[in-house]
Amino acid sequence: MGDAGAGLLDVTETALPLELTILAAPEQVREALKRLRGALEGAGWAGHELARVELVLAEALNNIAEHAYAGGPAGPVILRIAPEGAGLRAVLRDRGRPMPRGAPPEGTLPPSDVATRALPEGGFGWFLIRSQTDSLIYRRESGENRLELHFRPRAER
Amino acid sequence: MELDSSYIDDIQIISVRESRIDSAGAIRFKDAMRAAVAEGAVRVVLDLSQVGFVDSSGLGAIVALMKFLGPERKLDLAGLTPDVDKVFRLTRMDTVFGIYRDVDTAISRAAG
Repeated sequence: MGDAGAGLLDVTETALPLELTILAAPEQVREALKRLRGALEGAGWAGHELARVELVLAEALNNIAEHAYAGGPAGPVILRIAPEGAGLRAVLRDRGRPMPRGAPPEGTLPPSDVATRALPEGGFGWFLIRSQTDSLIYRRESGENRLELHFRPRAER
Repeated sequence: MELDSSYIDDIQIISVRESRIDSAGAIRFKDAMRAAVAEGAVRVVLDLSQVGFVDSSGLGAIVALMKFLGPERKLDLAGLTPDVDKVFRLTRMDTVFGIYRDVDTAISRAAG
């Protein structure tokens, strides 16, 4: 480890809590997830538990890039992730547009029992976030979106 | 996006030589796949055994590829790693593809 100076904040292998500030753009999201994975592995996370945290944060960060900062330059996101009991708490803060109608989407799964040409190519993000977290809280405060995600250990499902 | 393409009989096997199909790579994946399937094989098997992570953008790109192939051609998936398999199962996209343990299994089933 110890590849300091690669563009983001330095992260040591056992760094939880972890705080990263990135621009909400796909390459930086990928880099942040790599560092998140390193920090979680250092804290003993592995297998499907680690995978679901990575997936949820990927979806949440991509949403910020694609929706909160849509139509303008990529803006900053602060990601903080810390242990919470046997689980984790992640907080994402951005200064983009608020969620439509002030709340995160319900995340209904798009239909799969349709003709091939009508199959969904998107709309899975909030379904995945909601199904793979144990609770979440969204707040709009002083021009900032704050999304708090809670993960408790689960049996494989 | 690195892809390897080969044929067994008239089945095209496309192996993704990347560890992730994510939002940073989904467009390149789509472009590279469209170019690869332009050769026109009726059956295409996508080997995902080297891919450890797919997010909703990557999933959407794979679904888009299936739609791109149209009703006369078929896309099967092979070698899904556990976390990738889970994304397909959670979103029920496992029901719209033929999903095989590995390429050999996909070939033997798809050939019939």
